Amino acid sequence: MNGAAPLFRMEGISKRYGGVRALEKADLTVAAGSIHAILGENGAGKSTLIKVMAGVVAPDEGSMTLDGREVTFASPAAANQAGIVCIFQELSLIPELSVADNIVISDPPKRFGMIDRKAQRRLAEQALARAGAADIHPLALIKDLPLSRRQMVEIAKALARKPRILILDEATSALTAADVAKVFEVLKRLRQEGLALLYISHRMNEISELADQCTVFRNGRNVASYRAGSKSDNEVVELMIGREYSHIFPPKPTRPQTLSAPVLDARNLSWSDRLDNISLSVAAGEVVGLGGLDGQGQRELLLAFFGVLRGLSGQILVDGKPVSIASPAAASDDRIGMALIPEDRKTEGLMLPMTVRENLSFAALDRLSKAGVIDRAAEQRLIDDMVELLAIKTAGLDIPVGALSGGNQQKVVIAKWLMRQPRIILLNDPTRGIDVGTKQELYQLMRKLADAGAAILFYSTDYDELIGCCDRVLVLYDGAIKRELVGADITEHALIASALNIHGGSERAEQGEGA
Amino acid sequence: MKDWRYWLAEQRGTLLAFAIFIVMFAIYSGNHPAGFTANVVQTAANKGVLLAFVAMAQTLVVITAGIDLSVGMIFTLTNCMASWLVIGTGLETAFGLVAVLGTGLVCGAINGAIVIYGRLQPIVATIATGAVYFGLALLLRPVPGGSVNEDVADFLTGRFFGVVPASLMALFVVVLVVWVPFRRSELGRAAYAAGSSETAAYMSGVPIRRGKFLAYTLAGLLAAIGGLFLTFFTYTGEAAYASGNAYTLFSIAAVVLGGVSLFGGKGSAIGAIFGALAFRTIGDLLFVFDFDPLWQPLFQGIILLIAVSLGAFALFRVRNRLEWFL
Repeated sequence: MNGAAPLFRMEGISKRYGGVRALEKADLTVAAGSIHAILGENGAGKSTLIKVMAGVVAPDEGSMTLDGREVTFASPAAANQAGIVCIFQELSLIPELSVADNIVISDPPKRFGMIDRKAQRRLAEQALARAGAADIHPLALIKDLPLSRRQMVEIAKALARKPRILILDEATSALTAADVAKVFEVLKRLRQEGLALLYISHRMNEISELADQCTVFRNGRNVASYRAGSKSDNEVVELMIGREYSHIFPPKPTRPQTLSAPVLDARNLSWSDRLDNISLSVAAGEVVGLGGLDGQGQRELLLAFFGVLRGLSGQILVDGKPVSIASPAAASDDRIGMALIPEDRKTEGLMLPMTVRENLSFAALDRLSKAGVIDRAAEQRLIDDMVELLAIKTAGLDIPVGALSGGNQQKVVIAKWLMRQPRIILLNDPTRGIDVGTKQELYQLMRKLADAGAAILFYSTDYDELIGCCDRVLVLYDGAIKRELVGADITEHALIASALNIHGGSERAEQGEGA
Repeated sequence: MKDWRYWLAEQRGTLLAFAIFIVMFAIYSGNHPAGFTANVVQTAANKGVLLAFVAMAQTLVVITAGIDLSVGMIFTLTNCMASWLVIGTGLETAFGLVAVLGTGLVCGAINGAIVIYGRLQPIVATIATGAVYFGLALLLRPVPGGSVNEDVADFLTGRFFGVVPASLMALFVVVLVVWVPFRRSELGRAAYAAGSSETAAYMSGVPIRRGKFLAYTLAGLLAAIGGLFLTFFTYTGEAAYASGNAYTLFSIAAVVLGGVSLFGGKGSAIGAIFGALAFRTIGDLLFVFDFDPLWQPLFQGIILLIAVSLGAFALFRVRNRLEWFL
């Protein structure tokens, strides 16, 4: 099958958004029965490329051929018809409809012109089973499911459309490790069934496990195509960022034995059934990681500190003094000086239609105002500092944040909170879906802030990050801290073993060793 | 297994509206001098059904996350038309019926076209078209008057088998013929999907525009059925501005009482029907208890406020404040 003519080919595809060139004469060839990984930084053109393939945007020039015949897609529906189905990074599920409704949404089974609910239910159950997510009830509403379950529904929905080419755009970023393993099995089976799969991910170990063929994109064009496994990770990253790739992670300082007094303390925090008797402390200048499988209470813990949860029991101390943090406003008040960098920048961190300037100054307006009037000059100074500190790439401060790339949006979120010069910084998986270059900048920033005396609590689903960035890592399981890893003990093996609440090895640990 | 729980969760708004209605109606008929008789039920049904039709119309548009401020005016316009056309021989009456309903469809389609293809905000577009529809109604009936085929009118406002109010049966038939197919059709689902998350619906290849257009068009039809029944009850047509506006506002109230989310994507016309019946019963309660009619608007307002707050109780169960915003 591999020697046959390519199933799908894109030639000379270009696309501009205003003055920005998203794609510049890009080519891609996809073969049936293979998994093709697309690599590249955010803004390299991957998203635009698949949007063109999936009929979401029309290219300015270039041609696409499917089975040797030239095709154009006027809408996502047209691309679906031709057998190209995309699982988008931004979930395409409809929150108020049920799982079954969503799975068959593009082409529901009909009897006498009306939707046949029994057939729909059957199709949904089959699709869920095929995606390895039979535990999801077809009648549940999407809005009641957690993010990782929704992602599985998204995959089931794509499979129900009987695709010939399946595009996965960061489709595993929200999944738990157990789900990732299931999805991989599904993908390998689909490859065997002769589908062409396009796989876009920032996780190198996933790519090295799955892909047959890799194509690297940079600045809107494909810069290299190679057989999977024929290049080292370092070579690949160099291709992606187009420059010499040194160490991603900044060096950790060697700690003196006697740390400064803890800035943030938690004693016996419990909340509902999600947090179970958690005690921890973070000192000034320290980066403390929160590890473990996704959804073990890490997010809730950060929200608890930030005054979002009601009915929290236990005690929070700042500078050794008990405080009661009743709301995010109280948490970010200067007396406590806390900042939370949220995970979902679109809903929690930014007001997308508003300008960069407005978004940046929101969190610090009270500091910038005198008698209720905003000091424009002070605002400008502070914003300039932040844009420079974080190297935010923007065409101007007065364009909507929504127009920036994902990585730059995330930088704006961070800058927004840094405007208050917080002493305690909580980070909730801040690098999800962000390119390597931006990640690297964020790691360095985090260390810089710690060196300047901030206490940092950092939740990440990426083990490499925890290993590379943290002085200590607390591993959560089922809402409780199961293990504390310090210094050289923070290894991938230890993290995974304690995340699974076992003390031996694990499959994922072996996979991870290549990364 | 657990299917019934999901069903219950989906129907909660409708069931709540049903419960409110039953309680209200029990109090009403229990205190009515004549008691729970076929006559009392018939009178109540005839009043309630008018708002029920307009509320159904509103539901369709609200499901798409829009709002239709012209339903009351379509209701008024078709009332005026019917008072000219639905009269004479059987054939003439039938032609009149078709013309009136067709007008409703066209009015709804115009709303839909402006909102969907003209990309105007529903609230602005339907205020404007509502004014136009009222203007037409005024041209048709500068002063109240006209008449209607009384045989048809009496048949549809009387009782079947001496007990079942015919208007209620008509409402039931309309639910079966208009609402159920809409709810079960692909375009109906598209309307829900568009109301819940338009981007997600677009990404999924859902026929958003056709779904929304159908919702607006059918809303016009349902408002016209309401206008027709108004003519059957009153035997006349009247371009009453205040009444048209009141029906628009009450339809929104009924929709909220009926558990239809104003954010779109959620709710059912059945709920809105019970919301409408309950809302009407509230007004009637005042007469039973011999209140000054001047108090009626205030009393209705308070009841509405309570009902909406009940709907908001869901918020109190939210433990994580962030969920309010998501």
